[in-house]
Formats: sequence, C-alpha cells, structure tokens
Amino acid sequence: MSTIAVNASSAIGSAAAADTGVPVRIAVRNLEFYYGDFRSLKSISLDFYDRQVTALIGPSGCGKSTLLRTFNRIYSLYPEQRAEGQILLDGQNVLSPSIDVNELRARVGMVFQKPTPFPMSIYDNIAFGIRLYEKPPKSELDGRVEEALRKAALWDEVKDKLRQSGMGLSGGQQQRLCIARTIAQHPEVILLDEPTSALDPISTGKIEELIEQLRSEFTIVIVTHNMQQAARISQFTAFMYLGELVEFGPTTKMFMNPSKKQTQDYITGRFG
Amino acid sequence: MAVVSDKVNVSNMQAVRRRTFPAFDQGFRWASYGSALIVLSVLAGIIGTMVYGGWPAFREFGFGFITSSAWNVGKDEYGAWVAVSGTVTSALIALVIGVPISIGIAIFLTQLCPPWLRRPVSTVIELLAAVPSIIYGMWGLFVFAPLFAKYVQVPLTSIVEGMPILGTILYARVPSGVGMMTAGIILAIMIIPFIASITRDILDQIPTVLRESAYGIGCTTWEVVRYVLLPQAGVSIIGAVMLGLGRALGETMAVTFVIGNANRLSLSLFDPSSTIASRIANEFNEASGMQMNALLALGCILFVVTFIVLALARLLISRVKTH
Amino acid sequence: MDTAVYNHAGAATPPSWGRVRRSRYFADRALKIISTLFTVLGAFVLGWILLMLLVEGIGGLSPAVFTETTPGPGTEGGGIANAIVGSLILTLLGILVATPIGVLAGTYLAEYGKTSKLAAVIRFVNDILLAAPSILIGLFVYMLMVEPMGGYSGWAGGIALAIIAVPVIVRSTEDMLRLVPGSLREAGAALGAPMSTVIVKISWKAARAGMVTGVILATARIAGETAPLLFTALNNNFWFSPNLMGGVSNLPVTIYQFALAPYQNWRELAWAGALIITLSILALSIVARLLLKKDQVR
Repeated sequence: MSTIAVNASSAIGSAAAADTGVPVRIAVRNLEFYYGDFRSLKSISLDFYDRQVTALIGPSGCGKSTLLRTFNRIYSLYPEQRAEGQILLDGQNVLSPSIDVNELRARVGMVFQKPTPFPMSIYDNIAFGIRLYEKPPKSELDGRVEEALRKAALWDEVKDKLRQSGMGLSGGQQQRLCIARTIAQHPEVILLDEPTSALDPISTGKIEELIEQLRSEFTIVIVTHNMQQAARISQFTAFMYLGELVEFGPTTKMFMNPSKKQTQDYITGRFG
Repeated sequence: MAVVSDKVNVSNMQAVRRRTFPAFDQGFRWASYGSALIVLSVLAGIIGTMVYGGWPAFREFGFGFITSSAWNVGKDEYGAWVAVSGTVTSALIALVIGVPISIGIAIFLTQLCPPWLRRPVSTVIELLAAVPSIIYGMWGLFVFAPLFAKYVQVPLTSIVEGMPILGTILYARVPSGVGMMTAGIILAIMIIPFIASITRDILDQIPTVLRESAYGIGCTTWEVVRYVLLPQAGVSIIGAVMLGLGRALGETMAVTFVIGNANRLSLSLFDPSSTIASRIANEFNEASGMQMNALLALGCILFVVTFIVLALARLLISRVKTH
Repeated sequence: MDTAVYNHAGAATPPSWGRVRRSRYFADRALKIISTLFTVLGAFVLGWILLMLLVEGIGGLSPAVFTETTPGPGTEGGGIANAIVGSLILTLLGILVATPIGVLAGTYLAEYGKTSKLAAVIRFVNDILLAAPSILIGLFVYMLMVEPMGGYSGWAGGIALAIIAVPVIVRSTEDMLRLVPGSLREAGAALGAPMSTVIVKISWKAARAGMVTGVILATARIAGETAPLLFTALNNNFWFSPNLMGGVSNLPVTIYQFALAPYQNWRELAWAGALIITLSILALSIVARLLLKKDQVR
C-alpha cells in the first residue's frame, strides 16, 4: 500500500474512520483540480465509506460538484479540465491513465441536477446502459429493466407504458428514471449531483426515500445545497469552502457539534 | 498524529464482466475526422485544379490575360477583361437593386409583420432560393425580357437618345430585352432570399430591450430602424450583402439565358455581354487546347474573387454574432 | 375649452399633442409602405414564376412525357422519361455519397473538434463551399474524373452533385447537434458509454429531425442544379447505359438544351420538365420545413 504524505486536510478527511470500522470504498488523496490555469480543488483528502451516504455541502462554487465529477472522470470530456492526485476506488487509482474510463463510469454511476432522459422509450433508457456492456437474452433484459425500475420506485407508475418516450414523464419521474438507468448497470458507487434541486417537494421526498433504500446496496455520494436534506439522508458530511475541505465527520456530529467555526456559521445560515 | 486509513475494501471487486469496443470508438472518431478533412481537400482540389488548368493561359498571356478583351478562338487569342467586367457589372447591378429590397423585406418581417403572417411570408421568401437557377433563366428569357424590352428599353431609349452619358448607358441598339441589365435584375431576385433571411436573423438577434427603449422615448418605427437597429446590426448586414455578392458573381445558368453571351465591351447596360460563368458554360464542352486553359484560367479568377468576397462575408457576419 | 383650464393653471403654453413634426410621420409611413411593397414584390415574383410554369408546362404534360425518351432533332413527339430517371439516379447517387460524409464531418465539428483550430478552419472552408459557384465544382470534377476516365459519366455527375450537397449537410448537422444539451452527453458518458455510442445513440437521436431536414434540403438543392452537370454527366437523348458510363440524361440539362431549341416539341417538353422539377423541389423544401416545425412543437 502506498504511503501517503499526511497533511492537515487528509487528517480531517479520515477523522471518523477509526471509530466507525466501516470499510473505505473511495479514498481521495491530495486531489488537485484545474480548470485551465484556475486551481479549483486544493489538496483534498477524504474517505468515503462503503454503503454509506456521504453528503458534500458548501456554498456555490466551493468545488463540491467538481469533486464529485472527478470520481467518474466525467470532467475529462472537457480538454481544459484536469485532476492531479489520487482517487482510490477499491484501492485502484481511477485517475491513472491505464484505467478504462468507460468501465469506470459503469462502476461509478452518476445522476445529474436536471433529469436527463435519453430521446428513446422508457424501456430503452434503462436497457441502453445494460446493453453497453452485456448482451443478455430478451427475457433476462426484461427482468433487469423491471428490477431497476422497481428499485427506483418507478415500476408501478410506468409498467404499462414502457414503450413510450421517457421525455413524456414528469420531472420527478424522469429523475427516478435516471436513477433506475444508473442502478440497472449494477454500479458500486452512485454519485448524485443535486438530484432534487429541479424538483418539487413531493418528488424530492420520494427521491430521498429512495436514496435511503439504495444505501443498503450502494456507496452513495450526494452534492446538495439543501442542508436539511444532508442532515436527513446522509451518514457522513463533508463541508467544503473555496476549493478546500474544511471539515468532515459523521453527519450528526457535523450538525450538532462542528469543530470548525466556518462549518458552524454555514450550517446555521450565517453565510453561503 | 492522525494516520490516513488506506484500508480499502477489495473484496467486493467484481471480476471483469464488461466489454468495450475501443476499435469501433476509434474507427468512428477517425471516420469523422476523415470526413472533415474531405471538406478541406475539396476546396484545396478546386483551387489546385483551376491553377493547374489555367496555368498555361496565364503563362502564355501573362498579366495581359486579365486586361485584354480579345477572345478569338480562330487566332487562339484570349483575354479575360470582357467576362470579368461583365461578371462584376452584373453583380453590382444585382446588389444595387437587391439590397434595398432585401433589407425592406427583413424590416417588414421583423418589425411590421403580424406574428401569424411571419412564418408563411418567411417561407415564401425562402422558397425563392429553392427555385432552380435554370427556371429563373427561362422566366427571364421568355417572360421578363420581352416585357422589359417593350415597356422599359424602347421608351427609355427614345427618351435618352442624344443625351450625354445617359444616352450611352441606357441606349439599346437592339431592344431585345436580353443583356447586362436583365442579367442584373434576375440576379437581384435570386440573391434577395439570401440577404433578406440573414438580415432578418440579424435584426431578430438585437435585444428587445434596445428596441423597446427606443420606442419608449417616442421614436417612430422608421427612427427605430434607422437610428437603432441598422447601426446596431451594422457590419453584419454588410456581411449578408457580401454573401449575396458572392452568389451573384458565380451564378451561371440564369445569366447564361439572359445576358446574350457576346464578347463585346459596351458601355450600354442594355447591350448583350457575358460573365465568366456564362462563358465557361457556353464554351467548355467544345473547348480544347489553349481555349480550355483560358476557360480554366477564367475559373481561377472567378474562384479567387468569390473566395475573397465570401471570406469577407463570413468574417463580418460572425464577428457581430460573438458580441 | 380645455385651454382655458390650462391658462387658469398658469401654464405659459398649453401642453400640446401636435408637437411631432409631420416629416417624421412621413418617413415612418414611407418606410412601412416601401417595406411592405418589397415583400409583396418578392412573393409576387414567386407566384409569377409558378404561374408561368403552370401555364406553359401543363399543356406539355402527357403520358408520353413520362414514358418516352427524349426525341432527336426534327422528330415528332417524344417524352423525357430518360431524363427524369437519370435525374433521380444522379440526385440519389449524390445524396448517398454526400450524406455519410456530411453527417460525419458535421459530427466532427460539433462533437470532437468544437473550438479547436482545425474545426474553425473546416467550418470556414465549409461556409465558402456552401456558396461557391457550382460551375467551378463542375470544372473540378471534369478535371478530376471525366478527363482521367476518358469520358462523361453519371458517376462524375453524382460526385459533382455530392460536392454541392456535402456543405449543406455539414452545416445543418453541426447546427442541430449543437442544440443537443451537453447534460445529455454527460449522462451518456456517465453510464460508461464510449463517445461514439453517446454520439450515435443519443446525440444523433436527439437531433434526428433536424439532420433529416438538412439532408432533404440538400436533396432539393442538388435536384435542380444544372451547371455542375454540364461537364460531368452531360446529357443523352437515349436511355443511358446501366453502368452510368457515357452521358447520362437528366432533367436540368435537357431543359437547358430544349428550351433554347428551334423545335416546338422540344420546347414544350422543356416546359413540362421545368414544371415537374420545380414542383418537386418546392415540395421537398416545404416538407423539410414542416418536419422541423413538427419537431420543434414536440
């Protein structure tokens, strides 16, 4: 195992590890991120625990979405963006050039702020991701689609219109369709980038419930603007500010008794 | 001292079950790239062909090829001047007539037209661009030219006869209706849809607030157009005009029908003449030897001129869009 | 009167509604009238041309037009069946060659090249080709294919038409792909789809209607082109050879040759051909617009 230079922020990142005893799924080490010449993440070190929900919070522009977008290297679609450091997924550095990014992205699923149904039927939206890497027979594919839709709590609403366009669903349903599409690939980690910010309160409630259920199977990282949401659904919370990790710990501790004043100020709504 | 936990869970790693198709992905990328390069190579090919084919004529006649108005197949003497001046003159006539009409149409569509009428009227104007060039030629020759001769050339000739300047420019020796002026008018109609639709899009891009604030201080539509919209659109309208000019310079079939195809330098706009494109269309199939080289040299000149005009058009149009 | 009230209030001059100079209204009125007239003029010319084609063309339409080949000089009757079929083949050939190249090149610009230098150059060159004189493309293909192959051919004609169609398709493909939201591409990539799959299955699918419209408009554009065929496919008064070598009869060049001919039946056939080709092209253009409109509504 590589020995890593320990600095202040990496100590923050793993503060809680000792007492939980939960295995680490993703270990971020000294991560730097650049948009062109602009350094938007500064030496981030942080652990994400297996089958736990970790919330990334912080004011706009603090780098929480940027951090999320490094885990599946989606940023690499844009040539001017680059990351340095290490992100160890099950011990393998996903930033290494030898990693097949497409395979990585199938293992680390992502759901975006705005629902992104593809211009195809509901069924094909789900089957699309499965077919990318497997060629299951029709009956098995049907089963996988149903399983994914059931897990995303969408099956009952769409089972009679699987052949209709996914664009015809409501916003909340579209977002659950996107979650179903992601879990149909059996990923290990699910990244959620403000998944409810474009939705009404009822749809938001359904998605939060869903996240709670998915936790039993997947390691989940969620970026959210909504602190109540972070408090409701996450086990761990990381607070970021100006591209740096300020504090990381169990959510209850972060909200009840944060050790940094900045965290306290943000959580109580004094800035951001 | 805090120690970073590097105990990572490896047990859950699944055996490689995914398959990817890097070959197809790379192939697709290369196919796209290659197709884009084909676009480049076509332009390079056109330039190369014209220069290569026209080279013997340029070498034989030197710079005099452009300034000479000779075009004698028997003596194998060729000069570009008549065709070049015919091309430029007919295109300029087209601009003088076509640009005001185009801008008027754009103003109507963006400022005056009731919303329900906008789409159909726009479509009608755009359909003018869909009519094949040869149809404009037939309309020009069989319908427009006789009317033009009867109602414009004949009366005008008798009025201007003997006058200085006008008596030369607008004198029709043979009032047949075909000639430079008719070609210019037909070209004007053909470039109207291009200039009008681009100008319409440019005017549409100007923010509504700007227009409303002008109306807000009591401007009339004319004043809004004259002092706010047109200056704001500025160079990009010139770009649209250049695009129309580029089209007019290279138009072939319609001009071939109505220009009269004479290799004669005349000061009268009613006399037959020829353009580079019409001369190539008329002679290339029967040409050989130096005549063919001379025609390709004409093509080379046409290409260089249209390239410059179209490049300028693009520059002017795109510059404003980025504002 | 009102003025009395104002005077009572102590105003030196009563506010007046007549302060706007008449000349301003005159200029405004003139602009409105002239713009409207110009628009009417444009529509009128289109109507005039269509009317001319109907009046002159319908008389020449008969079953023979569609069944018989073009008549020789001084021969009675005849049709333009060979020219119609030839035009269909040349147009189809042109569009079949142009579509893959145009779609892929447009895809390169929108998905791979984006803001790169090379993409900027290609975009520039494509815009030049879009408006380049079509007769020069005829000359180019003559030198490229006709001379080396030793004669006119339908293949050369098809390639010349393809060169005219490609820039139209490149432009519409790029424009339409740029309208596809980037989040859709990210979502595709986030599932682990390689770039080519994201493009083919998602971007192309989302932009489908616009891309089809571009291809239809390109078809309409090349169907009526005459100049590039003059030196490539030329024409032919008989059924052309099935391997498309030698002159291939086609409508535009037939119309060109027949319209200016001294024989009455040739001219009638030219008008009939002109009517057929113009109505087909206008129909294609309108279908293309409706297709795009329908998609925008959805």
